[in-house]
Amino acid sequence: MSFAAFLFYAFAALALLSSLGMVLNVKNTVAGAMWLVVTMISLAVLYVLLDAYLVAVLQIMVYAGAILVLFLFVVMLLNLRSDAFAAPRSRATKFVGALVGVGALASFLSLLPGALPRVVEVPASFGSYRDVGLTLYRSYVVAFEVASFLLLAAVVGAVVLAKRRLD
Amino acid sequence: MVVPLTHVIGLSAILFAIGTIGALTRRNLVVILMSIELMLNAVNLSFVAFARAWGGVEGHVFVLMVITVAAAEVAVGLGIVISLFRNRDSVDVEDVSLLRW
Repeated sequence: MSFAAFLFYAFAALALLSSLGMVLNVKNTVAGAMWLVVTMISLAVLYVLLDAYLVAVLQIMVYAGAILVLFLFVVMLLNLRSDAFAAPRSRATKFVGALVGVGALASFLSLLPGALPRVVEVPASFGSYRDVGLTLYRSYVVAFEVASFLLLAAVVGAVVLAKRRLD
Repeated sequence: MVVPLTHVIGLSAILFAIGTIGALTRRNLVVILMSIELMLNAVNLSFVAFARAWGGVEGHVFVLMVITVAAAEVAVGLGIVISLFRNRDSVDVEDVSLLRW
């Protein structure tokens, strides 16, 4: 097994453990958010190993940087130190949710040995900033502009929602 | 590719299932939003893996779009959470059942 493959499996295991830590941690919301940071950073390492350099940088900058800071900011703003909720109305929703998740996983994994594409050889420049940037600005420039409008709408919506009282 | 494509897609499926379970079983709204982020990340991983397998960089472009949508979703979602917390003084989904039949 090559060193790159070893790195891949090590960080894949770290991503799985930290995502389980996020989902199963019912005591502390801040700890859950920190587990999610670990997941994001291990996924960035996996992106580097899959030759997606620009995506890896953006993963760390946008997810581990901006989005997780936003989560932590809201958790601390609302002072959600513990997840102490009243007793649930029924345990059925939890059971059904877990069943749906496990069922989805079983169906994904049963489909997995099917028709996956053959892995081709790629040039060394695959996934570089130049490569992705040229594709983005030549073929997908309309989608890029629409994405910027979406971000503008989200900024306005977030300010309006967080500012006013709902009543 | 450093590992077989099957392993990457399998990892993506497991992460997606963990995110699904988190989104469907947890009651804290912030944790539900984080689980949805985890599901989006699992999908991003399979986009990157298939882009590498096919040798086309369009998958990376699509991942950029998914990251944009995720950022917008988190901004609006957390705005709604803050607004709910002000009105209901809780982030428990069971307290937000006004529209439930």
